[in-house]
Formats: sequence, structure tokens, C-alpha cells
Amino acid sequence: MTVAGHAPETARTRRAVPQLGLLVGGLALLAAVAVLSIGIGARSVPPAEVVRALVDFQGTDDHVIVRDVRAPRALLAVAVGAALAVAGALIQTLARNPLAEPGILGVTAGAGFAITVGSALGLAAGQAGELGFAVIGSVLAALLVAAVGRRSPLRLVLTGVALTAVLGGVGLGLRLMLPDVFDMYRFWSVGSLAAREQAPLELPLAAIGVSLLGALLLSRALNALTLGESVAHTLGAGVVRVRAATLALITVLSGAATAIAGPILFVGLIVPHLARRPAGGSVPWLILYTMVLGPVLLLVADIGSRVLLPTGEVPVAVVTAFLGGPMLIWAVRRYGAGAL
Amino acid sequence: MTARLTARDITLRYGDRVVSTRLSLDVPDGAFTAVVGPNACGKSTLLRALVRLLRPDAGQVRFDDREVGGYPAKALAKQLGFLPQDPLAPDDIKVRQLVGRGRFPHQSLLAMWSRDDEEAVTEAMAAAGVEDLGDRPVQELSGGQRQRVWMAMVLAQRTPYLLLDEPTSFLDITHQYQLLGLLARLRDEGRTVIAVLHDINQACRFADHLVAMKDGRVVAEGDPADIVDAALIKDVFDLPSVIVPDPVTGTPMVVPTLQGE
Repeated sequence: MTVAGHAPETARTRRAVPQLGLLVGGLALLAAVAVLSIGIGARSVPPAEVVRALVDFQGTDDHVIVRDVRAPRALLAVAVGAALAVAGALIQTLARNPLAEPGILGVTAGAGFAITVGSALGLAAGQAGELGFAVIGSVLAALLVAAVGRRSPLRLVLTGVALTAVLGGVGLGLRLMLPDVFDMYRFWSVGSLAAREQAPLELPLAAIGVSLLGALLLSRALNALTLGESVAHTLGAGVVRVRAATLALITVLSGAATAIAGPILFVGLIVPHLARRPAGGSVPWLILYTMVLGPVLLLVADIGSRVLLPTGEVPVAVVTAFLGGPMLIWAVRRYGAGAL
Repeated sequence: MTARLTARDITLRYGDRVVSTRLSLDVPDGAFTAVVGPNACGKSTLLRALVRLLRPDAGQVRFDDREVGGYPAKALAKQLGFLPQDPLAPDDIKVRQLVGRGRFPHQSLLAMWSRDDEEAVTEAMAAAGVEDLGDRPVQELSGGQRQRVWMAMVLAQRTPYLLLDEPTSFLDITHQYQLLGLLARLRDEGRTVIAVLHDINQACRFADHLVAMKDGRVVAEGDPADIVDAALIKDVFDLPSVIVPDPVTGTPMVVPTLQGE
């Protein structure tokens, strides 16, 4: 058994540098896309002016638009994008299934059902009401799924799918009987970032921030968990606790994102796929990459949602679906069936 | 003989199937213990109980003065290293990374990859003979290479105890002997090794302490030279045989008398 003197250092540098470089590149891309997103719209603001409005606010019309409308919306896109993408990476890691996405835990269905019931009862009026019901619905759904399916990843997924089907069916029945409820639901049900910034968002945004941090802290234990339950146990990763904490994070992340923006599919599915190859089997890197790539994807989709139609907007969820479908096919073709 | 790791009157079961009742075993310190027995005799189950992957219904598994269940997860993981029979590697993982996962119990929540970690990984890879495979994806390796990579992962954990469930399966005969030689060397360096082995002759040659199991019970244990005879082999494996001295080491060698028919 020999220990080479300098080999460790070079091996370490060789591995860390490209991954760190990719992360820095991703962050630069995110910053650029964010500035673009703030500048582009019905009234376009040049990038230099966007930056000035953020660092040296002068009170001009452009500055007011940037500060009060566009920047909050971009912030929402960043938070929602990161939350959905990281939730996707967590559920795919936990379920050992690259086709898993946060929606399979029943979170989205729970939020939609709660909003349907809330508005049927006349309680979910206004954005604050919608947000409240969405949060309650997603948390209850996830708790139920976790309680029934906590013993194995497969059971978890099956429970989530079953609950989604039941809630979807009952919710649909309610909406068909009550046209007013349907009217309200259909606006929420197409995920969008438009005008969401007027709801009280401090709490969901704070929840997303804390959960993203939690995901990073948990990522090394998840690394151990990817080696299977036995090995994870004997490496000293408390499997039951790690799994419970991961489920809680997925619930909060996807619940908060869904509550803010409505159901946005594909971000949670596709972003972890794009990040998986460069992350090379490391959960901490996977989380970091998805945390940057999720916002990039959602910001780009949100820009698209504003410029695709000459007047008005296409909901961002429609754009992510159009982007996500081809990207998924590309990912499968590029990496082969092994990636799936 | 002293034993820090002991099982006392343990009852083990999976669901409704009782594997062992009132099983006791002392794992001698600093020795190479081999557990042998026919398929489904409870060897693996015993090993899983020793590393607390399986909680006994009755009785106790103790390490030093405490029940293994009473240790914090990482504290026990610094003492007992375990390699299951068919460990699972994630897609995309490279050899060096997989070996690095063995460092988990030594890392705190926020600590960066340390020099100790790097050293332990390099040393473990050299010991297991996989130092040239570092950048290869684990998925692309042969079964034997993969087995050695996992061995390196457990070695990187740097535990005084190594518990291995059939570590020689998937290995060709040369690598089987190399691995057993490595285990004997680790024992010489002061570690305690306990391995489930399939090949009784290899067990007799390399182990200081042989544990023969059947139907969830320990039928005999002790120095292979003292306990292995035709009657024991007949009893444990239901196999008629003659025992001759191993021409190389002089340890007992089981030669079955069954011939084709």
C-alpha cells in the first residue's frame, strides 16, 4: 500500500475544476438571462438601464417598471424554477427513477383540488386565498402520500399516482357541476408567472430559500443513499431520517412553487436530466446545477411567453411544455435509453 | 480470546420467516473469521444483524459495552465496515467517486473533501488493485473489477472491523486468492475480518476462526484444523468427503467423494 505524494492533489484538481467552471458559467448565463428577462416586454428596457435601475434607482418610468413589475417577476421565475428543478432532482434521486417528477407525489393535484374546493365554498377568492389553499392542498396531499408510501420508493410513486387520479377525478366532477369554480380554476391551472407578484409571496419564497439550502445540506447523505439502503445504513447515513427529510423538502419546494405559479410541468423532469451527465453521479453537484439551470429554463420560457404573441401573453407553462418536450427527446437520444 | 463484537441469544427473522433463534457468536478480535454453510442457512442474515441492518427480535448484538443499536449512525460506521452481496452503483458514477463515498462517516455536514479523505481513497484503491480504474465509469467494468471497486469503497471507510458478505463471488480464481490474501494482510495489520465464504477450502486456508452454520444455528466454531472433519462436512453440507491436508498450507482440505453418476 503506497500513497503517492502529489497524485492526490492533481487528481482532485482535475476533477473539481471543470465542474466548478460549469457552475460559474451557469451562474453567468443565469445573470444574463435575468437581465434580458427584465428588459424584454411590452416596453423594452436596454440591459444597461436594467442594471442601473437595480443598483442606482432614479425613479424614471423605466426604473419603476423594472423595480416594481419586471424584477419581482424575474425573481419569482428564479425561485419557482429553482424549486421545481431541485424538487425534481430530489424525487428522481429518492425514487431511483429518472422519469419521476415532483407531480407524482400528488402535490400538484392536491393544490388544484384544494383550490377547486376552496372556490366552491367561496373561500379562495383573490390571490392570497388561492395561495393559501394551494399550500394547504399540496402539503396535505404530500403528507398523505408519504404516510402511505414511505416504506418503499415504488409504493410512494404508486400512491402518488393513485392520489393524483382520485383528486383529479373528484375535482373535475366539482368543476363540471359548478361553472364559476371552473372559470376560476382554469386561470390557475395554466401555470403562469403573469401578475402573480401581487400575492403575498414572502412566506412561499422564504420556504423555497430555506428548502434549497436544506437540499444542499442533505445532498451528501443522499450520495450515500444512492448506493442502496444497506450500504447507506452501514456508512452511517440515517436512511429513514434522510428519506423523510427529502420528502419534506420535495413537498415544500414543489408545493410552494405550485402555489405561486400554478402547475408548471417539465421543469422538474427535464432540468435534472440536463444536469445529470455533468454532475457525474454526484448528488451535491446535481443539486447545484439544477439550482442554476431551473431558473435559466423558466426565465427563458417566461421571456418566450411575453414575446410569442403580438398582444397579451402565452402562459409560461405552455412554453415550458413546448421547450420541454423536444428537450426530453433530445436528452433521450443524446444519452441513450441508459439515461432514462 | 477477546471479542468486542458479540451476538448473544439473538432471534432473527424476515417478516414471518424465522431464520435463527437464540444464536450466539463472539467475533474474535484481530482474527480472520470465515462463516460457511449451505445456502439459506442464515449466514448473511447473521452478518446483517452484526452491522445492525437487521434488528434482533430477542437477544442483543453488542459492540464493546453497548448494544449496536445504541450508537449514533456515524460512530458505528467508523468501527464496522460492511459490504453486502450485491451492492448497487448509481448510473454515471466513476470508480474514484464510488470509493470516495466510503468516506461519508468521516465527513461532517459542511466539511470539504480533506487530505485525509484523499489519502484514504488512494490507499484503498491501491490495496484493492483498482488504482488504474479511477476515471472509468463503474457501469462499464466487469463483475470482478466492480467487486474490487466496492472492496476499495469499504477499505476507504478505514474501519477496524470489516464484515463482508461473499466478497469472492464474481471474481475469477486468481482474484479470489488475491482478495483473500488482502484480507489476511489486513488481519495482520490488526483489523478484524469476518467474511461469509462459499469455498470451504479457501475458508480453511485463510481463516483463523471458522464458523459452520446450518439451519440458522452455529454447528461448530474454532480453528479450522481443530473442527473440520468428514463428520462435520456431512452434517453441515450433507456431503460425503475425505479430509486431507492442503498440500500447500497443511490446513484441512475437503475432497468430496461424490462422483458423476
